[in-house]
Amino acid sequence: MAAQNAIEIYGLTKRYGSLAAVDHITFTVGRGELFGLIGPDGAGKTTLFRLLATLLNPDEGTATVDGFDIVKQYREIRQRVGYMPGRFSLYPDLSVAENLDFFAALFGVSVKENYDLIAPIYRQIEPFRKRRAGKLSGGMKQKLALCCALIHRPSVLFLDEPTTGVDAVSRGEFWDMLFELKRKGISILVSTPYMDEACRCDRIALVNGGKVLGIDTPDGIVRRFDEPLYALSGNDMYGLLVEARRAKGVKECYPFGAVHHLVAGEDFAVGSLVDYLARQGFSDVSVCRVQAGIEDVFMKLMQHE
Amino acid sequence: MSEVIITVKDLCKCFGDFTAVDHITFDVRRGEIFGFLGANGAGKTTAMRMLCGLSYPTSGSGTVAGFDVMTQGEEIKRHIGYMSQKFSLYDDLTVRENIRLYAGIYGLSRYETLRRTVTVLNRLHFRSEANTLVGSLPLGWKQKLAFSVATLHRPEVVFLDEPTGGVDPVTRRQFWEMIYEAASGGTTVFVTTHYMDEAEYCSRVSIMVDGKIEALGSPAELKRQYAAESMDEVFRILARGAKRRE
Repeated sequence: MAAQNAIEIYGLTKRYGSLAAVDHITFTVGRGELFGLIGPDGAGKTTLFRLLATLLNPDEGTATVDGFDIVKQYREIRQRVGYMPGRFSLYPDLSVAENLDFFAALFGVSVKENYDLIAPIYRQIEPFRKRRAGKLSGGMKQKLALCCALIHRPSVLFLDEPTTGVDAVSRGEFWDMLFELKRKGISILVSTPYMDEACRCDRIALVNGGKVLGIDTPDGIVRRFDEPLYALSGNDMYGLLVEARRAKGVKECYPFGAVHHLVAGEDFAVGSLVDYLARQGFSDVSVCRVQAGIEDVFMKLMQHE
Repeated sequence: MSEVIITVKDLCKCFGDFTAVDHITFDVRRGEIFGFLGANGAGKTTAMRMLCGLSYPTSGSGTVAGFDVMTQGEEIKRHIGYMSQKFSLYDDLTVRENIRLYAGIYGLSRYETLRRTVTVLNRLHFRSEANTLVGSLPLGWKQKLAFSVATLHRPEVVFLDEPTGGVDPVTRRQFWEMIYEAASGGTTVFVTTHYMDEAEYCSRVSIMVDGKIEALGSPAELKRQYAAESMDEVFRILARGAKRRE
């Protein structure tokens, strides 16, 4: 019988010397779920993938993938997962088609029998099928790597930072592809350092320094921001940032795209902030209440660590 | 109008019959933070290499920090700062050794090297890490150090190639505050990024599509021009039209 959850992780820990790269992490990924690991470089995302892909053994804790134990049943897991590592992992001297054939052969399947699964992605690189993989552009390499990770029709897909260094438009297209795969019933664990991609996931775990800071749906995570948040803008944005931090009742002020985000404390009032800034020479200032984003929550949780 | 630090006119770079950079024209003034955006494959890296004196243009004209991009690549290299996400510091050297190495490359005297090492260490609160190997520092720290090292010789212009890729949101903001500070001190900053919120932090932004500069202006102007809410939207509108996509 198929396991109920695609991934179950309990207290998983991996240490390198005195550094715990993965530090007592616990969460589950449901069947057919698109689950995002959101965090910066060094958060432990890659180590977690390597543990789940059975390439490393944990020091503590247990985990199952598709119902199989990552230590005792690694053979079963390797048949069932597709893994796209962060670094380009294909053979640069083989052509696009040869790489795909090679990965199919490793898993004892033919490209033909599973072509329907990869077709929407593979069609985009098929015109270059005879080109050597090493000569592909970044975006095409990424698509080929995804095809190779899918060719044996895995039930669980691990994608380690598939969109890093990719422009905003290509990133959007990649998430569209993931959404299609999810609709076909594949459970996906995907990591990204781009907070704006979090909203494309069913649920996310915010990770930093080997630990999980919070797990929830993207909306649920955003609701955790329980302090009043304001957007502040004006002419001299840098000057405004420095001055706003000195104003009464301002807990924090940090740049947030076109505006600064300002976290209000106990004795904060919009009127007195505007008056204060005017006295300091900032006349054309706008302050309005805003909804927190994933990044606001991440920074808040990070500082509580 | 303040002083122009970078000026290029009809700059082109061809590889065989492929025009990677196609007649780009723009000026960057002293103290500006100039965002250089574009989709993957648009020609940003090729353009940046020409501005840094690493490759000579096929045609066109221009100067960087007063030196000719067509003929004075070596002079340009000496007068600019450069850091990239991929490589900037040596992991196998300590913080102090990295600073000394770059000070040496840029020809600073022994006295200046010592003085600026202390300044950098104090400013970054790195004094206790002076003898730590750079390879064991967290990425965000490394990038802040790399920026300080890239500006150690007080260049007029510093080129930053995706300096904050993969950096956590808190450190990313600290990094941008260093950029703001440098710019308000008169350093010109030329920066590429895939984070569209960072495009909003720039004084002016150019967006390259298929080797050409399709849009150029302050974030506010560009948002008005394209009737967009954010730079992310402006970028999407322009980059979607690209034929040359990775």
